[in-house]
Amino acid sequence: MRNELTKYLEALIAAGISPEHEARIRAELATVGQSHDLPFGNGVSGPSGGRRSFFDEGDLRVIQQAAPCHINAAVLAKSLDELLERDRQREKDGFPRKIQVGKLVKPGKGNKGKVVVVPATVEEKFIHDPTVRPSGEGGKSGGTGGSGDGEEGEVIGEQPVRGEAEQPGGTGPGQGEGENHELESTAYDLGKTLSEKFQLPNLKDKGKKRSFTRYTYDLTDKNRGFGQVLDKKATLRKIVETNIALGNLPDVSDIDPTRFLIAPHDKIYRVLSREKDYEPQAMLFFLRDYSGSMEGKATELVVSQHVLIYSWLLYQYAGQAETRFILHDTEAKEVPDFYTYYNSRVAGGTQVSTAFKLVNDIVKKENLAKDYNIYVFHGTDGDDWENGGMNALAEIRHMLGYASRVGVTIAAHSGQDGFMTTVARFLNSSELLKSKPDLIRMDIIQEDADEPRLIEGIRNLIS
Amino acid sequence: MELINQHTKNIMEGCKERARSAGLSFTDESLEYIVTNRDLLELSPKVMIPTLYDYWVHDVEVLREKGMYELYPHNPYETVINTRPPISFYNDNNPDWLNVMIFYHVLAHIDFFQNNLYFRHTWDYDFAGQALSDKRVIAKLRAEKGRWVDYVIEFARSIDNLVDFHGGLAELFIPHEAECSSRLNYYFDVFLQTEKKISISEYIKEINRYNDCLKAHGELAEKTFFRDAERRFPELEARFSRADEARPAKRRDLLRFLLDHSVFLAKDENVWMRSVLEIVRKTSVFFQPQIRTKIMNEGWASYWHEFLFLQDDRILGHEVDFARVHAAVTSLPRVGTNPYALGMRLFSHIEEQADKGRFSFAFQRLTDADGRKSFDTGVATGRDFIFAVRENLCDYLFLKTYLDQDFLDHYKLFVAGKRLDQQRMVWQYYVKSRKADDYLRMMLESLYHPPVITVDKTKGVQGSLYLVHTFEGKQLVREYIANTLMGIEFLWGGPVHLETTEARVAATPPAGWREVTQDGEITWQRVVYSMYEKVLSKKHV
Repeated sequence: MRNELTKYLEALIAAGISPEHEARIRAELATVGQSHDLPFGNGVSGPSGGRRSFFDEGDLRVIQQAAPCHINAAVLAKSLDELLERDRQREKDGFPRKIQVGKLVKPGKGNKGKVVVVPATVEEKFIHDPTVRPSGEGGKSGGTGGSGDGEEGEVIGEQPVRGEAEQPGGTGPGQGEGENHELESTAYDLGKTLSEKFQLPNLKDKGKKRSFTRYTYDLTDKNRGFGQVLDKKATLRKIVETNIALGNLPDVSDIDPTRFLIAPHDKIYRVLSREKDYEPQAMLFFLRDYSGSMEGKATELVVSQHVLIYSWLLYQYAGQAETRFILHDTEAKEVPDFYTYYNSRVAGGTQVSTAFKLVNDIVKKENLAKDYNIYVFHGTDGDDWENGGMNALAEIRHMLGYASRVGVTIAAHSGQDGFMTTVARFLNSSELLKSKPDLIRMDIIQEDADEPRLIEGIRNLIS
Repeated sequence: MELINQHTKNIMEGCKERARSAGLSFTDESLEYIVTNRDLLELSPKVMIPTLYDYWVHDVEVLREKGMYELYPHNPYETVINTRPPISFYNDNNPDWLNVMIFYHVLAHIDFFQNNLYFRHTWDYDFAGQALSDKRVIAKLRAEKGRWVDYVIEFARSIDNLVDFHGGLAELFIPHEAECSSRLNYYFDVFLQTEKKISISEYIKEINRYNDCLKAHGELAEKTFFRDAERRFPELEARFSRADEARPAKRRDLLRFLLDHSVFLAKDENVWMRSVLEIVRKTSVFFQPQIRTKIMNEGWASYWHEFLFLQDDRILGHEVDFARVHAAVTSLPRVGTNPYALGMRLFSHIEEQADKGRFSFAFQRLTDADGRKSFDTGVATGRDFIFAVRENLCDYLFLKTYLDQDFLDHYKLFVAGKRLDQQRMVWQYYVKSRKADDYLRMMLESLYHPPVITVDKTKGVQGSLYLVHTFEGKQLVREYIANTLMGIEFLWGGPVHLETTEARVAATPPAGWREVTQDGEITWQRVVYSMYEKVLSKKHV
């Protein structure tokens, strides 16, 4: 793989790229050996390493086996209004908002990758940051405690990096099938919140496609003789028909309605009837760059925003939104669930076009364009090895033929101007953003963006 | 929440008798409550203090981000709280034998709370009662001032880790007669030694002169003494007053400093905020010793529940049940740290060593390995020794003093590392080091340690507050700086500066890379954050 990439890089250099660009590519190339797999751990691992500190042990939990009580999302939902009201008031009083809606809490890694979306907050204080350490010292300290036999340097245990299948032990009771649903229902609630509380716009109707077993009642059926509402036009037509047959209308140029006979049977009424309704349905593609440069905050931002978008669209489409997750570096691949999408490790290079190409292929192969409103959201740090974006633009142009909206989020690294990133440049120079503003949008955020900024971003991408 | 029934209470009283006769000491009264999951849901955000003041953050999921225990120096799942009388919490379906074990554990905790000197400041009042009256104060203020009470609570809590717990503790232990006036301290500690650099013989002469004055003049000794001293050093008075100004009384206690010196809080319309700050500060100081004695406290309780349970004649037939639960609580994990297991073994180790008289000069200077192994003076004072340890030490000193190579070897402890094997795609856990020094460093690293942030009165322009973070190898969490400073600005009522040290991260490759955070060279640099009218700015020093 490395050789192929190096060859590709040489080709790029031959075609002429700037030294900074080359340096970036080379830095990313150095990460190629690393895997793309899910991080080890129980799902709570974050930048801090996720190890539970021994300060978390308490008597109730350890000795009396009291279950850790997470605040239930359903309980919180009641107070959510109040919390958001408080938050709005904070802003009026001149303090930054503090409630973060849509923050991800991953209480554990079941089989289904559980993601619960709840309002959350953090109390900020001056505390030491354990993650930033000089290298020499990090080698000396760090690690955790252990006990038992083994020489220094001896490996005492291994844990496969790869996923769930190899992990011993089954899932506990209460885990399993139900969990996906949990994401959806909370995401739906979140979407509702976003629409109502953050005044995100409602979606314009994009047409009705596939049918669902859902009915509305309407005065659509007709009935002769009796009914709820007289359909005057149809009735008149029927009367004329009858009277022509009776010979009461000898001359079309001189009609005398007084001579008409009106049979009760000619009266046409509308009656209330059950109608099959057609719901619009959405297919959401979430694309994410998981190359080396994306690690850290950029990934966090992109994925958080994607959760918010998903939630909001899920609400807009009354739950009829399906999702596909695609990760890419120099190649793109589809992953089955959000957990993998969120947690996959980063390494390797970047070629944006591959992801768009994969979407085009999927849409074509499964003939999705016919039945779905298709949304494509792409998150990146703006890096692309391919400078001019020729391939990517070609794929995007093709995509605009069927997609309802393509949204590109660029999470620029600190100290970098988002508009100067490769992706931003080729999108801007392509004029697509200006010529088709209702089909493609771009949102550029800085690495230190907060929740409100992300929600603002959704407005940019969708409205 | 309801009290345990008479039958169970009877068991508790039996446990108290047995624990007392084994040497533990605690107050007679205690309260035991049965808690349901619902109760826990309410109690755990309030760190098990049922009467703690209400605050909206208690109703929200708190993000478990980095440094959780640094943000919240107390555990939401503690069984016992350090009140008068002590309160403890139980499941309602515990069998009797399990309750016996837990009761012993609880009694040892109570003994620890009531005898360890780091808890000295909590001995003279009942925190639950205090918290209740504070809760009422806050409820009353909230009725008058509305949401502004919550803002003040929020801003006060954002600096509640910057309280001078140790300083406050020290004051409790300095005997009254040992106190000298600040003038005297300055004269002997600073003026004569660093300013005048007088010789030792002259210094001793001055001390004798003071002692003579004390004998001859009693109450008026100091006055007489300084009259002569000023004749000799005419500049003394000026120097002293200048030094006194530069030295803030409570240097490490930002909350106390704001209470004493903030002009904003002194305004008539803002005086109510002081009571909120006092409440937050009091609560924080109350919890401080808890997190600093986690390993000792749990170790002590585990040591005693094991010892007392096995002696208890009422639980015959449940030895196996006990063994299962006890092993689950106190087994040393293959990888990881268990405060119960570590603390319990260290107490046993200390007791054993003391029994053999090994905390002695004779043992320390012994270099012969065989001699060390068989060294035993037969003093058998181990029990007394560990009682002294539980009285006088905190986790830091406990580990630093007693965690030695012998202990590590005996219990086969090591520092475990984790690395990625790329070929086979597995995480490998390996024995990183079996040296006591490395193990100790790893343990001390993981202990609670809030940053040292002091007020520097000599820097910053008029009306501003200048904070200095003493750099100890770790930078502050950057995302939190802005909002914390904003809170301080509110409470101070003027611009606030924070001088701290930050890692300079290279511009390319971009920040946030694993390479940078783990392997990259980091250069530290001093920066000053300034908060003025809610706008944060940063400049290099």
